[in-house]
Amino acid sequence: MQLSELWFVLVGVLFVGFVFLEGFDFGVGMSTKFLAKNDLEKRVLINTIGPFWDANEVWLLTAGGAMFAAFPHWYATLFSGYYLPFVVLLLALIARGVAFEFRGKVDSKRWTQTWDWAILLGSILPPFLLGVLFSGLIKGLPIDENMNMHAGFLDIVNVYTVVGGLAFVLLSYLHGLMFITLKTTGSLRERARQAALKMYIASGAVVVLFVVLTAVYTEAFAEKGAILIPVYGLAIVLYLLLYPLLRNKKEGFSFTVTGIIMVLVTSSFFIALFPNVMISSIDIVNNLTVYNAASGDYSLKLMAIVAAIMVPIVLGYTIWSYYVFRKRVTSKEHLEY
Amino acid sequence: MEELMLARIQFASTTLFHFIFVPLSIGLAFIIAIMQSMYVIKKQEIYKKMTKFWGIFFLINFAVGVVTGIIQEFQFGMNWSDYSRFVGDVFGPPLAIEALLAFFVESTFIGLWVFGWDKLPKKLHLACIWIVSIGTMLSALWILAANSFMQNPVGYTINNGRAEMNDIVAVLTNEKLWVAFPHTIFGAFTTAAFLVIGVSAWNLLKKREIEFFKRSMTISLIVGLVSGLGIAFSGHSQAAYLIDAQPMKMAAAEGLWEDSEDPAPWTLFANIDVENKESTARIEIPYMLSYLAYGEFSGKIEGMNTLQEKYEKKYGEGDYIPPVKTTFWSFRVMVAAGGLIILLSALGLFLTWRKKIEKSTRYLKWLVPAIFLPYIANSAGWIMSEIGRQPWVVNGLMLTADGVSPNVSSGQILFSLISFSLIYTLLGIVMVYLFIRVIKQGPNEKPKEDISASDPFNAGGLQDAVK
Repeated sequence: MQLSELWFVLVGVLFVGFVFLEGFDFGVGMSTKFLAKNDLEKRVLINTIGPFWDANEVWLLTAGGAMFAAFPHWYATLFSGYYLPFVVLLLALIARGVAFEFRGKVDSKRWTQTWDWAILLGSILPPFLLGVLFSGLIKGLPIDENMNMHAGFLDIVNVYTVVGGLAFVLLSYLHGLMFITLKTTGSLRERARQAALKMYIASGAVVVLFVVLTAVYTEAFAEKGAILIPVYGLAIVLYLLLYPLLRNKKEGFSFTVTGIIMVLVTSSFFIALFPNVMISSIDIVNNLTVYNAASGDYSLKLMAIVAAIMVPIVLGYTIWSYYVFRKRVTSKEHLEY
Repeated sequence: MEELMLARIQFASTTLFHFIFVPLSIGLAFIIAIMQSMYVIKKQEIYKKMTKFWGIFFLINFAVGVVTGIIQEFQFGMNWSDYSRFVGDVFGPPLAIEALLAFFVESTFIGLWVFGWDKLPKKLHLACIWIVSIGTMLSALWILAANSFMQNPVGYTINNGRAEMNDIVAVLTNEKLWVAFPHTIFGAFTTAAFLVIGVSAWNLLKKREIEFFKRSMTISLIVGLVSGLGIAFSGHSQAAYLIDAQPMKMAAAEGLWEDSEDPAPWTLFANIDVENKESTARIEIPYMLSYLAYGEFSGKIEGMNTLQEKYEKKYGEGDYIPPVKTTFWSFRVMVAAGGLIILLSALGLFLTWRKKIEKSTRYLKWLVPAIFLPYIANSAGWIMSEIGRQPWVVNGLMLTADGVSPNVSSGQILFSLISFSLIYTLLGIVMVYLFIRVIKQGPNEKPKEDISASDPFNAGGLQDAVK
């Protein structure tokens, strides 16, 4: 395996890690609107992700940084080409990030309601936009011979990418509900499970629709069918398995299953892309590949060494922090937010 | 060309705004870590109260620092895609390593610190805030490594029309990095120190919680004075480095058009006439510039006209003179603010030592607006450093004008500029509002409405909670 291919896998792993982790805290963010019945429940919900959400978001920043370092052309083409969606994504992440910290600082209804909206939008828009952007990648975008992308509105927002965005939002919500069943008690926990059962058909349908549209709108199955069919197949089997797990209150298993489904769906984008990192809808010779978009071997090797040392350490203390905060959150303890 | 201007305005404004929060985060993490250490060692509750009270400022500030930092990372790709393509190989790795080495540490251990008060053993919990503090400094180190490459490119070769890294040791031992890093860190320490000092002074004037604020103040005065002196010394080495690596910036910072005499005087004030390329009405301190630049009272400094000629020979036609007035005045503002910081902290420590501090009303009154001094110094320092580098984005390698995204329209940049400005303004207002609120509330935090008495998840409990 070449260094650039290794880094493609690593960037993929970072995005997958991000979707798995921040996925559930986006879902918890949505639940503050759709599940919580009063302010206290909202605070309980926010506190379930309190110690984690910030570190979860760092996975995205690291993925962006790794992309910049390992594939400068990918980074440059993607971020300048998807300019406006990234502006909106950034605004949403800003609003969300400060909302958690700000909302509990003033005892006023209008104050908390304002920040509640920020949390809601900040939890729906990012997974939606990421779904839109990822789908666009495998569908193909107007990239010219200088690696610059000149995308119009419809290049970015169309039936396929919107379905991709919705799939991520619904999966995140489901995943978040599962996390809530793990981290809360009493009626909140039970209602999260009920909400997941209600969401079950809708989110499953959207994911299946997304897979079907992938076959229609992209070359993914034509080129990578041999890998993608088993991947999606496994995702669908797991999804079918989720229902009895939910019914039988197997919360740990349910959370694991929604997590794996998100991992599979996100991985499918990277599988479909390889060896391209961006596909040109103008001419395939303009495609950005892991080879022509990558940094030099020196940088790639250096970062591989750093990653080999640091990633286990990061995973180690991340797991430790989840262990420290393994107990369920109830309103009886100190609620920071 | 309009795109270039807008992209530059956006970069300048988002960076300066981000840098309002970063120094305070770095500094407060350090000061809080000291306070909590004293709590663990001396076992006095007052230090725990201090840790928690100043911790609120830290957390509010940190949140804004983080979210404004996300824009920093992404706007290189959005607005400066050609720059990213050209230097991504050298510039990207420090950013990626920062995330792996520092960002994860900070965000995870802040979570552990905030939520771990009752869940972790005391010493382990103390270790968390120290790890956060070290993490914030590591962040600064890697970001400055990337920035130092822009100021003084090292450790690369040009391959296939772009800069490729060939020596990480050179990147990490970049002379610029090791003059900028201590300067920035000490600057960050004074920023936090002066916030604590100023807020404490206000409370001492109001005669609230005297013991609490006196102790907070003493700790911060020590941090303030030590780092104030650190700023001065590291600033001196910055100047010595500038003469070597970025003589044009130095000349602009001095408003020096023609070569200086030998020994060179330091210009205190001057009327800079960019059109006629001359600086009139100069007030000078003899020998001083030679000393700043070379550490001895002799040696002359090249002026901008000489350097311009040299650069034209080396890089071809073009205007290589940065905006002189901005560079000149931001330098002086920075130095003046830095000087005041040292004076005020020295005076404060003297008064504390004479046990007169809480009675020195006039001095305490100065300290409240003095909260802004480090902010002025930090911003002016960055303005000098970055404006003084123009017209280069990477000194001697790439012009700023060549780094901008070719496929992004001025309308798009304007849209993002307006929306970021709006949200930043809002954040600024909210933060000041929250800070003032916390200051007014004081360290005796009132417990939140007592909701813990009833269990809202039992039947009937919900109604109680809603009430």
